[in-house]
Order: sequence, then C-alpha cells, then structure tokens
Amino acid sequence: MNKTHRVVIVGASVAGLSVAENLRAEGFDGEILLLGNEPHLPYARPPLSKQVLLDNWEPSQVSVKTGQELESLGIEFRPSTSAVSLDVKNKQVVTSSGIEVFDQLVIATGARARKLEANPKIKTLRTIEDALEIRADLLASKKVAIIGTGVLGSELASAARSLGSEATIVGRSKQLSFGSIGSALSSQLEDLHKQNGVQLRLGVKIREVSLGSDISRISFLDGPDLEADLVIAAIGSEPSTEWLAGSGLEIPNGIVCDKNGLAAPSVFAVGDVAAWFDPYTGSLSRTENQTSAIEQAISVAAAIANHRESEPLVPFLWSEIHGVRIKAYGWFDNQPLTQLECETQNGLLLASKQSSITRGVIAWDLSPKEFRQARDLVSQSLLKLQTAN
Amino acid sequence: MKIIVNTGACVGAGQCALVAGSLFDQDDSGIVVVLNDAPDASEEAAARKAASLCPSRAISVQDD
Repeated sequence: MNKTHRVVIVGASVAGLSVAENLRAEGFDGEILLLGNEPHLPYARPPLSKQVLLDNWEPSQVSVKTGQELESLGIEFRPSTSAVSLDVKNKQVVTSSGIEVFDQLVIATGARARKLEANPKIKTLRTIEDALEIRADLLASKKVAIIGTGVLGSELASAARSLGSEATIVGRSKQLSFGSIGSALSSQLEDLHKQNGVQLRLGVKIREVSLGSDISRISFLDGPDLEADLVIAAIGSEPSTEWLAGSGLEIPNGIVCDKNGLAAPSVFAVGDVAAWFDPYTGSLSRTENQTSAIEQAISVAAAIANHRESEPLVPFLWSEIHGVRIKAYGWFDNQPLTQLECETQNGLLLASKQSSITRGVIAWDLSPKEFRQARDLVSQSLLKLQTAN
Repeated sequence: MKIIVNTGACVGAGQCALVAGSLFDQDDSGIVVVLNDAPDASEEAAARKAASLCPSRAISVQDD
C-alpha cells in the first residue's frame, strides 16, 4: 500500500475539521490541507438555530478552532476556497485557487438549504450569516411564518416564541417530523407547540408567497391567507455535489459510500454530503446531524492514518424545542413507537421495537441518567443481533 | 492529559457521558460534570472522542 503523505479535505465545517483533528490524534504526520468555501474559521452549525437565535451568541462562540490551534496541529487551512472539479484517477482537485494533488481525499462539502420553489427569495438558515440575520429579523417581528415541518422548523418556531413573536408552522405534510424518527413523534410535537402558543397550518398547499418590506402574505390553494412580517423556509437541504459532476462518483442523494465512508479509491466522504452504507439496515443513509458527521470523521481518520476499520455507527440526534430536550438513539424508519415506563415526571420514554429487539429509543425531557439507561436497551439489542448473525 | 470543561458553553447533549462514562457525568439539568480530569492512558482515546463529539465544544483536552 502506498504511504499517505498528503490528505486534502474539501469542506471546513465540523465534519471536515474533525477529520483533520482526528488524523493528528491518530498520529498521522503527513500534510493536511483543509479547504473551506466560507470566509470563516470552522464553526459548528447546531447552535445557529439555538444559542445564536436565542442567547445572542457571537460568531466567535460558534467557532470551534482558532487559527493558532489549527496551525499548532499542522493543519493548513484555506478559507474562501471552493472546489471546482475532481479527477479521481489522477488524484487531483481543481479549486478556485489552483490545482491540489492528494494521496487521500475527504469530501465534506456539506449541504445547502433547499429554497422554496414558490419563492426562492424566502430566507433560509444554514450559515452564521443566515443565523445573525434571522435573529435580527426575529427581534424586529411580531408575526413569524415558518414553512417546513421538520426539526429546524420546530426549532425556529420555538425561538420565535421565546423572543416574543407569534409563530405559525406551515407545511404541505400533515404531520411534523423529527429527523430519522420521521413523523412518529408528530402528535407529541403538535401538543408541545400548541401549549407554547404556536399555530399549526399542516397539510396545506402553498399557492404563492409575496414578500413585502412590512407585511408578507402566504396564500394557499385551500384556506385563508396567512400574513406575517417574517417568513422563513426550513424545507430541508440538498447535498453540495455540483462540483463532482463528471467525477464518476455515484450521487443519487449524497455521495454513495461503503460502510467505511469510501466513495472511490482514495476518496472518502463524510457529513451531510455523504450517504454511507448502513450495515444494520442494509441501505444507504445520508444522516444530517453533527454527531454522525463527527463519528464518520473519526472513522475515516482511523482508516486513513492506520488502516483501521471502525464499528458501524448508531444514529444519534437531539434537539431542544420550547425548553424540552429530545434525544433519539438508534433506528426508527417511521415505525410506530411503544411507550416505556420512566421515572422523570412529565418525561416520556419511547421505543421503536421489532419483535423483541429495541431498535431505537427516544427520550422526551428525561433526565440524562434515564436516557443513558434507555440507550443501553439499544446497545444490548445490537449485541444480540451481532451474536445471532 | 488534562480535561478542561467550560460549563457555561455546555448545552447538555450528554455526548461526553455517553462515550466516556468514567470521565464525565451530567448534573440534573444535563450540564457536564467531570469525574476525573486526569484520565489514564487507557482513557485518553475516550476523552478525545468526548471532546470531539461535544456539540458546543465545551470540552477540551490538553496533552502533558
């Protein structure tokens, strides 16, 4: 096997940065070039829809590494540089600042917010600039309409209410969803939003959104118009893969990778842009959450630095909505949930079960200890499955 | 190795206690509690993973 001297990482968000950090932690002593298309130092995205909106976090607080720290790790960081194309055979990436050769490439270009077809000018939340702008808008608004029924939509509604605005969640879907859990938590989420004064307009078809400087108006094919002074769209994301056209990589929805993140010889992909094969489910999954991104990064770093294979990943996601912490561990596939007993008052412990196997657990406002105990149910089931195979 | 936490930045996701239960715990509101800030060699990998996985980067590790 050829020795790896130079690793190029395209994408300097948490996934890309974590590969670089973990390469060093694994003892890799070659060159690491980390390219980011944003002008900033690497920063974390989860706080954008939480602490930045609510607690007025400064951009420096979402930063995860200083320039000095990157330098002391021997990571060459180049901001404001985007990848233009990839030549897998000749191991070259064309970037906006020139051609870079690599022994191993890690693609971590992430995803961008999907725009609403009916009106692509509607604001979306993905970057630190988006978050700062939306925070300022939220502070100045009295009525906020959020288009989108996913976790981000719920988080935005929660932030709007905390900052004193009225909030309405608008969605084509009849149910609210929560990442990989799908819509199985919808009734609990709907109740939570209603208790906190959020209006829900679910199962509606948007005809038009006209944005005004003071008042914007959403009209529907069915039902009365909705007026708001701020409209935000949170209708999911699209993997940033245009630059890979012609590279030969397979990209139906995210870059197809094996269970170790390998997309082609000497080419790995991690984070929101990657769809890893999940040996537990036998299918590809593009898991859009920071924890998976970091775990993938740790695993790829181990593969590159020491040719070590890592354990398959168990999905974990969490959010906080109207002060309620929701954590999910395992697999859900939109299956109905079973309620289990729990000690925490007003908390809820839910499980996704297949015969006697607990595939996933959800902790709804449970104490940290109780969630950890519940998590063991999934781990034990995995052990059983592994022994059975 | 020395573990340093910034409880002000902690958001209580509990990742650290999940991957390194011998080093980290959480108080009732979920905020990180360090059980042992000087992990021995066998725990260093877990400590690094905890620092790496923390969504608010509230944990840092310093090598001796």
